[in-house]
Amino acid sequence: MITVLAVHFTVAVLAPLMFRAWGRNAFYALAAVPAGSFVWLLLQHGPVYSDAGAIAEVNPWIPGLHLEFAFRMDPLAWILSLLVLGVGALVLVYCAKYFGKNDQDLGGFGAQLLAFAGAMFGLVVADDLLLLFIFWELTTILSYLLIGFARTRLAARRSALQALMITTAGGLAMLVGLIMLGHTAGTYRISAIMDMAPQLVAGSSGTLVSAAVVLVLVGAITKSALVPFHFWLPGAMAAPTPVSAYLHAAAMVKAGIYLVARLAPGFSETAYWQPVVLGLGLATMLVGGYRALRQTDIKLILAYGTVSQLGFLTMVVGLGTPDAALAGLAMLLAHGLFKATLFLVVGIIDHQSGTRDVRKLSGVFRSSRALAVVAGIGAASMAGVPLLAGFVAKESVLEAFVHHAADPEAGPWGMVVLAGLVLGSVLTFAYSARFMWGAFANKPGVEPTPFKAISPAFLAAPAILSLLTIGYGLWPVPVDAWIQPYAALFASPAADAGTPAEQAGHLALWHGLTPALGLTALTFVLGLAMHFGRNAVARLQSLVPAWVDGDRGYQLTIGALDDVAVWITGRTQRGSLYFYLAVILSVAFALPLTVMLLSGKALPDNLYLVDPGSPLQIVVGAVIVIGALAAVKANKRFLAVLMVSVTGYGIALMFALQSAPDLALTQMLVETIVLVAFVLAMRSLPAELRDRTGGKYRVARVIIGLAFGTTMVFAAIYAMGARVATPVSLQFPQLAYEGGGGLNIVNVTLVDIRAWDTFGEITVLALAATGVASLIFVRGRGDKIQMSASVAEGTVGRRHGVDPGSREAAALAISRKFASATRDAWIVAGRTLAPERRSIIFEVVTRLVFHSMIIFSLYLLLAGHNLPGGGFAGGLMAGLALTIRYLAGGRFELREATPVSAGGLLGIGLAVAALSGIAPLLLGGQVFQSAIVEFWLPVFGDIKFVTSTLFDIGVYIVVVGLVLDVLRSLGAEIDEHFDERSMAAAEDEEETGSIPAGTTVEAKA
Amino acid sequence: MSVNLTLLIIMGALYACGIYLILERSLTRVLLGLMLLANATNLLILATGGYAGLAPLYSKDTAAGDYNDPLPQALILTSIVISFAVTAFMLGIIYRTWVLARRDEIQDDVEDLRVAETPSFDAEDDAEIPIETSEFPLTMVGTDGGDVSDHGSPGDPADRAKVVAGGKEMPAEDAAAEEKPGSQNVAPTPEGDAK
Repeated sequence: MITVLAVHFTVAVLAPLMFRAWGRNAFYALAAVPAGSFVWLLLQHGPVYSDAGAIAEVNPWIPGLHLEFAFRMDPLAWILSLLVLGVGALVLVYCAKYFGKNDQDLGGFGAQLLAFAGAMFGLVVADDLLLLFIFWELTTILSYLLIGFARTRLAARRSALQALMITTAGGLAMLVGLIMLGHTAGTYRISAIMDMAPQLVAGSSGTLVSAAVVLVLVGAITKSALVPFHFWLPGAMAAPTPVSAYLHAAAMVKAGIYLVARLAPGFSETAYWQPVVLGLGLATMLVGGYRALRQTDIKLILAYGTVSQLGFLTMVVGLGTPDAALAGLAMLLAHGLFKATLFLVVGIIDHQSGTRDVRKLSGVFRSSRALAVVAGIGAASMAGVPLLAGFVAKESVLEAFVHHAADPEAGPWGMVVLAGLVLGSVLTFAYSARFMWGAFANKPGVEPTPFKAISPAFLAAPAILSLLTIGYGLWPVPVDAWIQPYAALFASPAADAGTPAEQAGHLALWHGLTPALGLTALTFVLGLAMHFGRNAVARLQSLVPAWVDGDRGYQLTIGALDDVAVWITGRTQRGSLYFYLAVILSVAFALPLTVMLLSGKALPDNLYLVDPGSPLQIVVGAVIVIGALAAVKANKRFLAVLMVSVTGYGIALMFALQSAPDLALTQMLVETIVLVAFVLAMRSLPAELRDRTGGKYRVARVIIGLAFGTTMVFAAIYAMGARVATPVSLQFPQLAYEGGGGLNIVNVTLVDIRAWDTFGEITVLALAATGVASLIFVRGRGDKIQMSASVAEGTVGRRHGVDPGSREAAALAISRKFASATRDAWIVAGRTLAPERRSIIFEVVTRLVFHSMIIFSLYLLLAGHNLPGGGFAGGLMAGLALTIRYLAGGRFELREATPVSAGGLLGIGLAVAALSGIAPLLLGGQVFQSAIVEFWLPVFGDIKFVTSTLFDIGVYIVVVGLVLDVLRSLGAEIDEHFDERSMAAAEDEEETGSIPAGTTVEAKA
Repeated sequence: MSVNLTLLIIMGALYACGIYLILERSLTRVLLGLMLLANATNLLILATGGYAGLAPLYSKDTAAGDYNDPLPQALILTSIVISFAVTAFMLGIIYRTWVLARRDEIQDDVEDLRVAETPSFDAEDDAEIPIETSEFPLTMVGTDGGDVSDHGSPGDPADRAKVVAGGKEMPAEDAAAEEKPGSQNVAPTPEGDAK
């Protein structure tokens, strides 16, 4: 069986290539696959009907999940496979004529159709609940693709989606049910579950099993288009007609029936089975038949007819008696034969005449008598006319339900069901007649439809199916023999009940004068009456209001879901960062605060306000808080920045008071550089800092801020009070000294004990630096800036556009005069600056300080292992030195001071750090393992070198690269933007003679 | 363990100020708020170190518990430098925003506002479609299937051409046009607010 599946799926994958080579004739090649499988299937008749009762195959798949390819072919699977493979082959043959030579996308279509045949075969032979589910969903997806074949048509897309939504929704319910069932039974093997079904139903988990079965039935109901989900099937008629014939008549919609038939032997006695199966089945049969009479599209007549028949089949198959089981499968086969025939006929009519509308078709019978005969056989079988398959099967059904109605256990409902069944059969007869009349009759007042001649190959598939219908009707003995083993599953073991075959009865043309025959006769009479009184019936039907419609209900449900989704999106997705943050932060304080209040936990007892070791903290704290409040209140941009800096420096002091010299040093350096960066970046922004949020929002912000701050204080108190374990860092001093060879525990922690952290961090630094450069330069990193030698003296940052008569202009003239005096070059590129931008004192100080700072930064780097300092502090110190050079001498000075690329520095730094991590690995150690090397140098004396210093050097270089990137981007590049703009402004001025005020103000800022 | 209330109260004040600032529209203030939050968080980590104690510089005679806890210090050191990098990045963003849009403000997302204003009508799902009675439409002439369908309400064309969307009635064509990609049915004002 796995071979059959493999062949189907493999050929499906190759199908597009075949279509490219052979065009639409490739359908014949595809048809050979199910046809060959069909022959194989016939050969399996012997083993399947041997004493073993089935052939089984189990291949391992995912043992860990208890999933396996378990297949089992018993009589039920064999009968359904006949239908799946036989009709599949015929439909594929039919496709070769149905589609045009030049139709698009046939490759994909053929592949999907063949894969569908494979999936359907897999579904009926699967012996594992989960495997069954996988094939089940596979058919759903393929059905979606096939319905949506004409993807440029809205109707096809929408129907495909609707079918997908409904069947997958049911599929999900079914999955839950299957898992419940498998879990309760302890196995997912279907045959094993069916063997133990009586114990499961009667046992302690009986209620659970009943619920599971109902969930599984939901899957079957949606798949087989039963009320209230019946409407997707008529919608699915947007599919090409061969697809409708195969999926929506013969195969896929039968999956639900199959599932009911599969479970019925074990579970038809559970609590909800009969109401669901009989109730919904009957409702579907009547609704489908009623609706079919209203259609004017012959394909829709058939579609609603199919809905009706599916309800009918569900009832029969689900009844759970031997005679009903026999009748159900007989009807299933008969239905597959005649319904496929009729759909294929509809396809031919549509193809040859270009319409399926009852009101336009006229005189088709005269155009093609052969077609009419084929269709007539199908329709007669559907109506249950004697000598045909439909009659044989329907007689058995009526027989079974007459028995059921007579059964005292069924009570009055037995009669109701029987009456409903007869009414449904009357409707069936009426719409069968309507179909024949609508498709073939001569209608007065309608012009005969132009009809092209049909090629015999086109008609072959429906003709073969019609012949089978006749053969089955005339000689039902083989079919009877095929079904008997399945019907025997329902046989009562009681001694007086008789043999299984006696309980089930037999399929036959003539049973004698039975009540069933009488009912059939009644059906015919009433059906004929309905057909001839069709105008009266139509008038009655038009009185029913239009809102009673499942499709409408679906549209309303989906529409309501859409409305809710849009409403919720509109309320939550405001597009306002303020709104999102307010919600998030409110939750962030409200939740913990509530919990803390509710739990009523006492505060820990060792709180202290003043640290006896450093009472000054209170004073510094006051400064920090005042700085923060001032930053909040400030309405000048730089004042606010300055106030934040005050808190930053205050924090640095706090670090110092808390015995954290490294932190104090680093914070101090960072705060300084940040301040410079702020000023550089914001010089073009207006000085005013307007608060644009209104009073209401401000109150909300104050509340959120205060509440959040309070929450954090208490969360911290409780968290720290709850701490009981000994801190891991108590071992750090020892580790640092003996393992890391350093006295500065913090630094050793950074470069040795937690080196991975630090490595991650410098990577982030490199990324952030690159980010800054990208934001300002957009492309490149500005490494190509020219050397100062090529820049004319005093050209950088020259002021333009100053009103010649103003005081400002006079001041400018004086400073220019001073600058023209020859001056010693304190710094290399100072001469490039415009005279009014130079400061002699600053240049001299820079000259004096720069080298000392660089040396000091190196000292910090190297001494950091034992004293406060380290790579971060050293790198920041070097960065500060560069900042001073830049501020004193402008962008060309910075360029002279650092003739390297910032990106290069970042890369080298990362590489050094990475190498210092990897090198120990190459020497047989671990990543980031450090070693202590002691040696003697002539002048320096004894030297103790720890290899983790190399890592710190990498950190140093990365930090220098970061600062350099910031200076080049926020400083030098923005300078250049200004110069360009002010040059442009000056040129404007020369041209027009006027002063563009805005531009010069900006340039000045 | 012992809890230093001074540090925690300063931390709380910084958090409160920082939160107040990041709820502002001005990008500069948001950045300043972030810096205050970073400082507050550093204080929180610092407070976990307990009493001030001795600076964590190893000396043979000192017991491990007498130092200020070195682990939080190492974490803070990392945090300080990362905050610097993030601040620089934000400064880059502020400058770029200013260059591009001459604005220093967080603006509402126009696309989000558009979504909020869009009716739930979707042409793909909700539009009326003609009934097709043939797959071979070249020969299909003059379909008038509207009133015999089960898919849609019968009625005169004027009724059907309207859809109710978001509480108001609008012509179906307009509703469909709004669903086209790139439609701007919410015209943003220069302030970034809708309408």
